[in-house]
Amino acid sequence: MRHIRTIIDKEWAEVFKNRMVIFTIILMPLLFTALPLVMLGVMGGATGEMEGAVADVPLGFLPACEGLSAGDCMQIYLVNQFLILFMMMPVIIPVTIAAYSVVGEKTTRSLEPLLATPITTVELLAGKGLAAAIPAIVASWASFGLFLLLLPVIGVSKGVIGYIAGPTWLLAVLVIGPLMAIAAVNFSLYVSSRVNDPRVAEQISAVIIVPVMALLFAQLAGVITINVTFMIVAIIVLVLIDIGMMYLGASIFDRETILTRWK
Amino acid sequence: MIITEGLTKVFKIGKKQKQEIVAVDNLSLQVNEGEVFGFLGPNGAGKTTTVRMLTSLIAPTRGKAVVNGLKVGKDDTAIRRCVGILTENPGMYERLSAEKNLQIYAQLYDVADVPATVNKFLQMLDLYDRRKDPVGSFSKGMRQKLAIARSLLHDPKVLFLDEPTSGLDPEAAKMVRDFIEVLKQRGRTIFMCTHNLDEADRLCDRIAIFKQHLITVDTPAALREKLYGRKVVIHLREMNPAWADLLRSLPAVKAVEVVDQKLVITLEDPERDNPQIIRHLVNAGADIRFVGELRHSLEQIYLEMIHSEKGGAV
Repeated sequence: MRHIRTIIDKEWAEVFKNRMVIFTIILMPLLFTALPLVMLGVMGGATGEMEGAVADVPLGFLPACEGLSAGDCMQIYLVNQFLILFMMMPVIIPVTIAAYSVVGEKTTRSLEPLLATPITTVELLAGKGLAAAIPAIVASWASFGLFLLLLPVIGVSKGVIGYIAGPTWLLAVLVIGPLMAIAAVNFSLYVSSRVNDPRVAEQISAVIIVPVMALLFAQLAGVITINVTFMIVAIIVLVLIDIGMMYLGASIFDRETILTRWK
Repeated sequence: MIITEGLTKVFKIGKKQKQEIVAVDNLSLQVNEGEVFGFLGPNGAGKTTTVRMLTSLIAPTRGKAVVNGLKVGKDDTAIRRCVGILTENPGMYERLSAEKNLQIYAQLYDVADVPATVNKFLQMLDLYDRRKDPVGSFSKGMRQKLAIARSLLHDPKVLFLDEPTSGLDPEAAKMVRDFIEVLKQRGRTIFMCTHNLDEADRLCDRIAIFKQHLITVDTPAALREKLYGRKVVIHLREMNPAWADLLRSLPAVKAVEVVDQKLVITLEDPERDNPQIIRHLVNAGADIRFVGELRHSLEQIYLEMIHSEKGGAV
């Protein structure tokens, strides 16, 4: 555990010396928080016009509207599209950090002395993975907290706030977000330990955003409905994916290949 | 302290990994406790690969290696715990301070008192005043000093130094050499790869000349003797060719060369034979100005060995 803490400490000390990384970690959550707030603010002034639009809400979503006015129902349906943003945050933020972490050390030649210490592969990967995932998770939780705090300020009804502070959103932000962050970090670390150029690592790692985007489009197209059942299934699938990726990452991390192969 | 038997490393390269490159071939050697062992060879000879195998960074393809009683390939974590390594490139974290760099490694090596140990090495290597500065602002010599400190934090039994003075200016190189001398006096076992033959000659108890396979291993003095014999140079006020013939007739003399006003005499045992030779020359009327032993540089020995490459017989 001490070695993992040391690696986290080292990664943070390095990463947070880079102002651009801090900028990314702060700016993106702020932007992703502002977008649904603006949307809700605009919609709040046009609730009356929304009444008729409820007919467009997919049938599978209607149980979530129980006890809510037609305007509130439309609001929670539309704000739900932004839930994906809160799930995207812990995926996008750590990818850059994790993608650089192994190949970056290789190019600066600091990897060899690091691998020459008694640190185990699992400790090294856990340290680097957590160092990338924790800031992303904290940033997404903080932005969600800020989002919740600002909802009453922009005049959102208690019914809508109750839905956003309910199980679907809480499971998405508090459980699925971190699970997706772990998957994204593991994928990026895997890529980082297989390539020889940090730029290539970042580009390939960015592919991880594709499944999340697919989720967004599937929801917009009405193919899936994001509700508690969907969240529970997603949690089970993500736990299995995370376990598989962690095992795979540790078993294919080959010190020799990383140190000696440059092509 | 270090024993290798038939240690071999083959890298597979190419798209389908079908091409093989033998980086280290059948290396068998023994490095004794407290010895400074020089590992000499040209670029690409396999020196770094050997160090990486002995520090359990990469696995041998064949053969055995034991470091401090621990088997490479079996006790890898324990080996990494008891050896220190100075890699060819210092590889420090440039954005972090010197102090932070050492703290990280002290923690990874499970050093008991991290702050005290880090401060001790920063003071010892004259870096204490710059401890808060980012390593990126350090000179190459300072980075090398810091990398040496990093390799010593956990008080390793065996120290591997890969090109410790490479790229350093003469002053920084001297400082590093002096420090190796101090470590030698403290009885550390040091395995040193170097291109600096003068440095190897001064610091190493024994040297190995290596190019994929071991060409020879011995003390620098023994290598000189094996290759060139022991030679004495006698400087004369004036040269008479008859004196060379006179010396050639003596049974102790193996060969005599005349170079300007000097006689270069190959002897089996100069300490035993010099008085007799000098006596003969003086009796023959020679004016002797100076007598000394001709010392071939390690560079000459090295180049001879590398060029005659198949010189396993030496």
